[in-house]
Amino acid sequence: MANGKDTVAENFYNQSTNKHTGILSWLLTVDHKRIGLMYLYAILTFFVVGVIIGLLMRLELIAPGRQLMDAQTYNALFTLHGVIMIFLFIIPGLPAIFGNFFLPIQLGARDVAFPRLNLLSFYVYLAGAFLALLSLFLPGGPIDTGWTFYIPYSVRSTTNVSLAIFAAFVLGFSSILTGINFVTTVHRLRAPGMTFFKMPLFIWATYATAWIQIIATPVIGITILLVMVERAFGVGIFDPALGGDPILFQHMFWIYSHPAVYIMILPAMGVVSEIIPTFVRRTIFGYKAIAISSLAIAFVGYLVWAHHMFTSGMSDTARWIFSLLTFIVALPSGVKVFNWVATMYKGSIDPKPPFLWVMNFIFLFSIGGLTGLVLGSLATDIHLHDTYFVVAHFHYVMFGGTGTIFFAALHYWFPKMFGKMYNDRLARIAVVLFFVGFNLLYFPKFILGYMGMPRRYYDYLPQFEPLQFVSTVGSWILAGTIFFIIGYLIHALLKGKKATSNPWGGVTLEWHIPSPPPLENFKEIPTVTHEPYDFSQLKEMKDE
Amino acid sequence: MENHVKKHPGYSTYIFVWLALLAFTSITVTVAGIDLGNYTMLVALGIAAIKSVLVINIFMHIKYEEKIFKVFLLLSLFTLLSIFILTLFDIIYR
Ligand code: HEM
Ligand SMILES: [Cu+2]
Repeated sequence: MANGKDTVAENFYNQSTNKHTGILSWLLTVDHKRIGLMYLYAILTFFVVGVIIGLLMRLELIAPGRQLMDAQTYNALFTLHGVIMIFLFIIPGLPAIFGNFFLPIQLGARDVAFPRLNLLSFYVYLAGAFLALLSLFLPGGPIDTGWTFYIPYSVRSTTNVSLAIFAAFVLGFSSILTGINFVTTVHRLRAPGMTFFKMPLFIWATYATAWIQIIATPVIGITILLVMVERAFGVGIFDPALGGDPILFQHMFWIYSHPAVYIMILPAMGVVSEIIPTFVRRTIFGYKAIAISSLAIAFVGYLVWAHHMFTSGMSDTARWIFSLLTFIVALPSGVKVFNWVATMYKGSIDPKPPFLWVMNFIFLFSIGGLTGLVLGSLATDIHLHDTYFVVAHFHYVMFGGTGTIFFAALHYWFPKMFGKMYNDRLARIAVVLFFVGFNLLYFPKFILGYMGMPRRYYDYLPQFEPLQFVSTVGSWILAGTIFFIIGYLIHALLKGKKATSNPWGGVTLEWHIPSPPPLENFKEIPTVTHEPYDFSQLKEMKDE
Repeated sequence: MENHVKKHPGYSTYIFVWLALLAFTSITVTVAGIDLGNYTMLVALGIAAIKSVLVINIFMHIKYEEKIFKVFLLLSLFTLLSIFILTLFDIIYR
């Protein structure tokens, strides 16, 4: 196979799956790699928009009193920021980009099971994004309910709630289609010899995630439809004024949205389980435990949703039961963290940028996870609910967790996806700047929340000013770093050195094929004989 | 797939099931007018459950499919059941 010398060879950039050339050959492609890249460009664009909205909110909050915008604008901005970051960035992020690109390759398949469905899911995603955009400009104005759409306000708000939540409905379909595709691919298209317990852990994680996408997403779908019916026809389902039950809405919302946090984090954990062995040159410790814990998290994740509702007025019995169950989910997550650390023990660590991003992840995600336990405890949550403590917590888990791994995955697989290398030194600087900016931006929010600063307010009491100011400065550093990263990656794309087929010394199947991979990935479907992280095969790979 | 040759039902079965579904729907509507107190929910859910068994088995062909699909379905149902039970801890004790 390729030695990195024949990179002028055919690859998926110059081979089309259809008769078109140019932009049409991309827009109509059914190649999983091209679809993955189209997702990357779309998702990255929305992410940048979300970051810019975050910056604007932080500017408003730099000092007490009105700075740039009125309260209503702030309400619309945090809603939009939340909707974009959740439904357009972090939920589809890793599965749709890196799952699409690498799941078939790591399995030894030529494509996903349903390539056309794959393209459809991309356009359904775009359609959902378009509807969300449209809802901003139609009369009525941008939705101002927060990304959680809580009843009764979402039934009474005169903004374009129905259209905006319908956008979330459509986006859900995209997610379901991706899930169905991945489950089928894993069951049907594994290469000969690729048994379930020889699959790379990223696949295990994506597989477990796919199941959540399939089973949980319909719940938010039906909930959204019910809210629309309630708004349009005044049927009393959730709004107490119409005879409905507002807490039922919260149940149904979180029956999806809690498992959805595992849609966000499980694939990220999968990426971590890929990167650590590669840069430690050592097989992963506790392979089966990590694989199974993904499934365990996927299941237990269904049983804890009401920890978001301790102050909603639900029954006391439900409150302590859900608090208890919440502590149980910490177990399978702990299994993973300990196995990762055990993998590094006595390994020969090569701290390249992807590995450094993973270190960032472990640190930030641990803070996010542990403060999650503070919120999961019934008593402390009563004090902290709906304060900045929660805002800090979910940014640490979603952004510090999945967001960080989004960058880790990008730095790990960039050479494979684009066939180019980025500047190692710039990448290291970015890791450090990201870490500094991130903690300056979000750590003060833990303290502010503890002091009583409520979330979703455009103004605050004077005693909060110093920490709010620090937080805003952090947002400049963090956003600056993100633009810096995008900048040097684009530079690498245009001017970077050619990447070899295996720049990091990884052993999973994607490192056996040229960078960038050819259409249909493999000349010949490989027969898998090694364990997924068996580094003794590096020698044979050298002569491939 | 290899064992996908199992017999599929004929049109008569489909029509019969369709009529049964219509019948159950009218029962649901009728029952909604009667005050069953605490049992309203139970009856409605019971009828809905029977209907979904019919749809899933016949229209969606699960009855004629490989075992793995049934396993998946049962696991999903088990998840749904857990969710129902947990929700009841709120509804019943509120
Ligand atoms: C530089 C990047 C970011 C900045 C400056 C930022 C800043 C903020 C601010 C100021 C708020 C509003 C707090 C409040 O008033 O309650 C907020 C809310 C939120 N952020 Fe971010 N954020 C950033 C990135 C992210 C990312 C990457 C995610 C998800 C992965 C995210 C998810 C959310 C969510 C879900 C909310 C809650 C919205 C709501 O209350 O409905 N943010 N963010
Ligand atoms: Cu949760």
